[in-house]
Amino acid sequence: MGMTMTQKILAAHAGLSQVSAGQLIEADLDLVLGNDVTAPVAIHEMEKMTIKKVFDKDKIALVPDHFTPNKDIKSAEHCKCMREFAIDQDITNYFEIGEMGIEHALLPEKGLVVAGDAVIGADSHTCTYGALGAFSTGVGSTDMAAGMATGKAWFKVPSAIKFVLTGKPEGWVSGKDVILHIIGMIGVDGALYKSMEFVGEGIGNLTMDDRFSMANMAIEAGAKNGIFPVDDLAIRYMKEHSKKEFKIYEADKDAEYDEVYEIDLSTLKPTVAFPHLPENTRTIDEVGEVKIDQVVIGSCTNGRIDDLRIAAKILAGRKVAKGMRAIVFPATQAIYLQAMEEGLLATFIKAGAVVSTPTCGPCLGGHMGILAAGERAVATTNRNFVGRMGHVESEVYLASPAVAAASAVTGKISGPGELGL
Amino acid sequence: MKAIGTVHKYGDNVDTDVIIPARYLNSSDPKELAAKCMIDIDKDFVNRVKQGDIIVANKNFGCGSSREHAPIAIKASGISCVIAETFARIFYRNAINIGLPIIECPMAAKEIEAGDQVEIDFDNGMIYNRTKGTQYQGQAFPEFMQKIIKAEGLINYINEN
Ligand code: SF4
Repeated sequence: MGMTMTQKILAAHAGLSQVSAGQLIEADLDLVLGNDVTAPVAIHEMEKMTIKKVFDKDKIALVPDHFTPNKDIKSAEHCKCMREFAIDQDITNYFEIGEMGIEHALLPEKGLVVAGDAVIGADSHTCTYGALGAFSTGVGSTDMAAGMATGKAWFKVPSAIKFVLTGKPEGWVSGKDVILHIIGMIGVDGALYKSMEFVGEGIGNLTMDDRFSMANMAIEAGAKNGIFPVDDLAIRYMKEHSKKEFKIYEADKDAEYDEVYEIDLSTLKPTVAFPHLPENTRTIDEVGEVKIDQVVIGSCTNGRIDDLRIAAKILAGRKVAKGMRAIVFPATQAIYLQAMEEGLLATFIKAGAVVSTPTCGPCLGGHMGILAAGERAVATTNRNFVGRMGHVESEVYLASPAVAAASAVTGKISGPGELGL
Repeated sequence: MKAIGTVHKYGDNVDTDVIIPARYLNSSDPKELAAKCMIDIDKDFVNRVKQGDIIVANKNFGCGSSREHAPIAIKASGISCVIAETFARIFYRNAINIGLPIIECPMAAKEIEAGDQVEIDFDNGMIYNRTKGTQYQGQAFPEFMQKIIKAEGLINYINEN
């Protein structure tokens, strides 16, 4: 029987010629990731193990990004725990403040993940690297501990849903709108335990940053991973960023899929997910009048250079609405620097937005932009659960950088169309 | 292995942000986490919950972030098992990895009500509602997972093997 792309990568890492959906396997890992929230728990777990050294000091990535720069004493203690572990174990890919960025933007940028890799990360959005044709999935801290110690993880081989993309997104429609559309269509558990495989000629019309934001949100449909075929654009990206050898796996022609959806990208409109689930989507023409208090542009979903360029295009020569707070947080130091050199940061500041150092910050309601009771935010992040960005009675509306930037100007949820763009 | 206790009932898509909000993630101490368990969905849970109690919920329980703090908080609050129609996958593996028993059973998830006395036999996946006199066949764990749960988590399991 044919295998999906994901199944092929898993089979190769389990040393098997064939795997099928539902099979429990043990796979070798190319990278194990943790952050300042999850790694300390994993380190603590590892202390209980008889294995004392990490399996490969080059294949662990530790990124303090959630509550950094240290938000409070407890966060500082967590970061310290991770830092000491990194020094003690001589971890190559530990990224201190100044080098760090939001993990899922940072790892591809640093060339630590390439096509064909099998990666686990103690962070649910580890699925982001599927954009490069890697199998990557989020796990918990115990899996991370076991992965760091043994270089292996257990998996149930997933079945898959295929999304055949055709056409070219028009106007301000981006990868974020495509994935919000898909989650709206299949629901937050629509791909539970499964792979989402994105294929079709429409992929050629998506930038790498579009693909990263789509793979990033596969978890919001409950998926184990999201994955893209490796095309010239992906190869160029990997060659630019990485010295690692990559390996391209293609789905077999007779691979089985639980479902197949066809999506014509040219028919999609800017899309917004209303509180409190990413599946509560409406297209921009259906949103009505929703007044907002804050706009957040950034995160591992949409804090990359394309995202900032789009936001800057809309904010250039315009002002953030009176009484509105706009926060821009570039995802990594390299993106921050690039945005500075391109003049994007000046555009944001002149428009009246705040620009933050790379951090997860407001995305998870950590710091740097917490909402009060009754407040509403439009955010380019990936989750709008109850209390996600602050008070349980606050609301988060998920959208693309274009919609977020336009909303910052009007003070209500708006597409760039409302500004005549 | 058996569990018996009073049921706390929830709906669809109970996410890890309501099980343990990010504002409390600057701690990883099970006791501190348990003190805030379910706070954004059920403020009174921490006062009501007794050792051995059971959570029953509908679909996609534990969706959202990978924070192991969520099953840790639930386990440390005294919960002996979570029954749901379906679980989000990271929560599912986290629960097994830390030794918190969970069972998928759509019928039980639908029919069991808050306050019911429920008994679970993990060896065969049977769920008995002692209050209503009904019983359900839940999904028993594959052998590999049973071993992890018996060892009280993946770390012990790896140490033993
Ligand atoms: S930006 Fe948000 S979703 Fe992404 S890793 Fe940070 S907290 Fe998680």
